[in-house]
Amino acid sequence: MSPRQLALLLIAPGLALVAGLFLYPLCFSLVSAFTGPEGGFSLQAFGKAFELYSGDVVFTIVIVVTSCALTAVAAVAIAGTLTLGENPWVVGALRALYRWPLFIPFIVAAQCMRTFLAKNGLMNNTFVSLGLLEPLQAASYLDWRGIIITFVWKQTPFVALLLAGALASLDRATLEAGRNLGASRLRVLIELALPQVMPTLLVALVLSFVTMLSVLSVPMMVAGSQPTMLTVDMAFRINAYGDYATANALGVITYLISAGAAILYLRHGMAKEGAP
Amino acid sequence: MNRVASVLRAALAGVLLAAFAFALIGPLANLALWSVAERWYTPYKLPVTYGTRYWEQVFRPTGDAMASLGTSVSIAVLTVVVALALSVPAGYALARLKLPMRWLFMIVFLLPQAFPSVAIYINVARIFYGLGINGTVLGVVLVHAAHGLVYSVWIAAAAFAAVDRDLELAARNIGASPLRTFFTVTLPLAAPGVIASGIFVFLESLDEFTGTFFVGVPQVTTLPLLLYNAAMGGNYQVASITALILLVPSVLFMLFIERFLRADVLAKVGA
Repeated sequence: MSPRQLALLLIAPGLALVAGLFLYPLCFSLVSAFTGPEGGFSLQAFGKAFELYSGDVVFTIVIVVTSCALTAVAAVAIAGTLTLGENPWVVGALRALYRWPLFIPFIVAAQCMRTFLAKNGLMNNTFVSLGLLEPLQAASYLDWRGIIITFVWKQTPFVALLLAGALASLDRATLEAGRNLGASRLRVLIELALPQVMPTLLVALVLSFVTMLSVLSVPMMVAGSQPTMLTVDMAFRINAYGDYATANALGVITYLISAGAAILYLRHGMAKEGAP
Repeated sequence: MNRVASVLRAALAGVLLAAFAFALIGPLANLALWSVAERWYTPYKLPVTYGTRYWEQVFRPTGDAMASLGTSVSIAVLTVVVALALSVPAGYALARLKLPMRWLFMIVFLLPQAFPSVAIYINVARIFYGLGINGTVLGVVLVHAAHGLVYSVWIAAAAFAAVDRDLELAARNIGASPLRTFFTVTLPLAAPGVIASGIFVFLESLDEFTGTFFVGVPQVTTLPLLLYNAAMGGNYQVASITALILLVPSVLFMLFIERFLRADVLAKVGA
């Protein structure tokens, strides 16, 4: 047996599992989405999906894009402070704190937020005790805001970790030169450091984008009512009606949304390579 | 004037840090409070009576939680066995042997993680239903293993790539067969990375909700499903205690991961 055949033989079982449990169901979902009730090609399922859930498509995109944007801002603030911060106390405390949500499962995060963000949850209670909020003004955040808060809480450490790693490996001399010429730390971060670590930030954000698009537990547990995210709609079409065609049409829409994020990322990469 | 400014800056940094700590720790503190709250209702800002009644209920040998914990751990262990059995040979082939279109294979193993997964899982459930393995431990293990394969394959490939080739050549020179070289030199040296990938897969399986939700119900109840059912049923104490149980392995992992995953292995992930 040649080394090449041996290599293919060693890799085959793993490939078979991915083919059987990912590629085959993926094709299944595509075929099912484009098949009409009497068989044959049809866009009927997409018509139904848009008629019933076009609001949720927009809702999902808004939630995921907003969460990614806020995650990016928070991660840049944390990673920037970790690399450029001058107060050792602040940097040390931040370093000890920021990673905690990293390995916490989404479903645990959802349960935490379900109680924390409620009308009488710990957040509002603390604000009332501190005198920042009148008891009558306390409102529940268990709606779209709750989903965004949970996503940002959960994903920021991941993006910040990758970003801090990339920032730490930058050439310090350029950053010091910027500081010596009188630029503020914020300006050094935004104009000198960030452009150099943009690829890392974008990869982390695209991964977060797809993750947020796939999570079922957070929208189900944090915000039960309408409008809701497409993952919940898919589960509902299956569990309540056994309606695979519409559920798979919604699935194809989520593939397209995540492909959109990937294309934006690739276009940025190509624009960068094309630049002189 | 300068001193006033620096005091103000320090105060601002302190306030921001406190707000950050509250946002980060607050939700977890709320969870911990609920786990020991026997009675807690409005308008009380803190639990009215504290106690461990619900912990006893959860840890009672006949309780649902112990059964779910058992199911979760056995599924996770089986998932690790399946994932490592597939990824050790695959990782070795990707790291050491000449493979045509190696990058394509790396991407194929990445795909299950790079796609929105709910639409995949509902169709897996449909296929499994046809095969009669829906609602079985086997079905859930297979779904978890496919999902975990990207970690185990990518980290195993990196671990094998980090093994010094000269040591393998030395073993071959003194007459060891290729298989013996693999089991006495290559595998022991790559073991920390392989163990780390196993821990990754174990945790992913323990925390996995969506796949089990579609493929496992109603027969297979893992801890995340128990947590979901308790939370949706309004039993915040049981949900919070289950959530805390799920947190333990994650926290342990965060404290120990750096021992297993060395920097030279991490540097080779994806390379």
